[in-house]
Amino acid sequence: MTMLCEALTNDFIALAPLALVATDYKAKGYHLDITLAPAQVVAAAAIMNGRGYTLEAVTGVDWLTAAAPKPAKKAALAEGEEAPAEEPAAPVAEQMEVVYDYSHTGKELCRVVVRCRIPRDNPELPTVSEVFPGANWHERETHDFFGIRFLGHPDLSPLLLPEDADFHPLLKDFKA
Amino acid sequence: MNDLASSQNQETFVLNLGPQHPATHGVLRVKLTMDGEYIKHAEPVLGYIHRMHEKMGENRTWAQFMPNTGRLDYLGALSYNHGYAQVVERAAGIEVPERAEYIRVITVELNRIASHLLWYGAFVLDLGGFTPLLYAFDDREHILDLLESVTGSRLTFCYFRFGGVYNDIDDDFITGTRAFIKRMRSRLPDYHNLVTKNIIMIKRLKEVGPISAEMCRRYGATGPVLRGSGVCYDVRKNEPYSVYPELDFDIPVYHECDSMARYMVRMDEIEQSLRIVEQGLDKLPEGPVMAEKAPKIIKPPVGDYYAAVEAARGTFGIRVVSDGTNTPYRLKLRSPTFSNLSLYGEACQGMLLADALALMGSLDLVIPEIDR
Repeated sequence: MTMLCEALTNDFIALAPLALVATDYKAKGYHLDITLAPAQVVAAAAIMNGRGYTLEAVTGVDWLTAAAPKPAKKAALAEGEEAPAEEPAAPVAEQMEVVYDYSHTGKELCRVVVRCRIPRDNPELPTVSEVFPGANWHERETHDFFGIRFLGHPDLSPLLLPEDADFHPLLKDFKA
Repeated sequence: MNDLASSQNQETFVLNLGPQHPATHGVLRVKLTMDGEYIKHAEPVLGYIHRMHEKMGENRTWAQFMPNTGRLDYLGALSYNHGYAQVVERAAGIEVPERAEYIRVITVELNRIASHLLWYGAFVLDLGGFTPLLYAFDDREHILDLLESVTGSRLTFCYFRFGGVYNDIDDDFITGTRAFIKRMRSRLPDYHNLVTKNIIMIKRLKEVGPISAEMCRRYGATGPVLRGSGVCYDVRKNEPYSVYPELDFDIPVYHECDSMARYMVRMDEIEQSLRIVEQGLDKLPEGPVMAEKAPKIIKPPVGDYYAAVEAARGTFGIRVVSDGTNTPYRLKLRSPTFSNLSLYGEACQGMLLADALALMGSLDLVIPEIDR
């Protein structure tokens, strides 16, 4: 684990994440996998901004038809930390996930994934576009595809879909 | 007097640039609020060539999505092949033979040169110089012929497979590539003499369209745009993949942050890519070009996986979620020019329209990759 990863781990433990996993980069393609409550994504973005990170992408996942729930991850927490709280008890199928990919353009390599679960029937969470203006388009795109509402976003009108689009094609129950 | 001054300020008008406009290189539309010749506000309007590749990915097997990756950035398609092959190989745990990785790097770098050459021609054309386009297309043609002989296509490549490449390269390809390297090296000085030192070019690009490193960071801009802003970041060096660590090449960085800096980065990258191709040919090992144990039907274990590659325009990231079946559950394509263009509205505020078009050209936009 690089020094940057360790520093970030400490930063995020202060936020009391739902889960914080140091992943195997070779197998997964990223180093830290952090699950937060939806209200915490802006605080997370502020931490990443403070560490000089850039927001690579924001996207969603609809878990409606997942064949199997996500595997329980073996928490490889920093020493002396308590096991993270269990994920919210709601069934996976009724949730959507919002995923933020962060990368650092400095010498140290530490890719960070921040994710949070939101209920499928009321998909809302705060926008991070005030911290990273680049999130503006990514969040608009995620709203296009999933109907996820980013509260406080300056303009959630369709970005890639037609301007009068009232459908969200990446929802698993979308019928053309 | 005050009335006159305030009424002057109100005399703005909306100018619609595109979606059919030669300077937007495809179907990009920019809604400009103009104050005379100066831009007060610019808002890119996207989606004219949106095809929902990510949904297509959920409706076909892992292997069947490979041709789609060639249709995002159609000028540098092999990098996208590479990114997708890499993330699936990572997910499914497939080892790629060394020879295949060398062939991948050689072809990807040739493709990068072709992409930069087309950008060079089109960019100078935007600025009013017609002749360089003909030089660039002449050289690019050689690369397309070489790539056609081994991949079977000239533009929308689908050459990589999970575990290797579709076709081995032959002696003709190697001889032809070596001849091309020699030719290209003798042509590059012409390019610089013809264009780089041209006084009109310098006046149009120097200190025009500043993009700071901090702006790049806030918007997630990568590639030559970031390196023209003085940040030495290249996925091939910072997050080494494939056989890049075994090859000796430099990352061109310019600190001026202007359109000229971005131009110079790409011109230098052509040289560096030639070096990579040359070394790749020298070091090319013998052996198979497909992993023997690569499964016919891919069913990656449940989980999500990420891979990033350095495409011609910046970091192409791809995130896949597998539910253990033979089709991707979710496939996210993070394309570089989507983020690079997102800073355009802020960067061109207060600029002359003609300068803003030079700035747009220096971002090297490929619209199908933005709209996906």
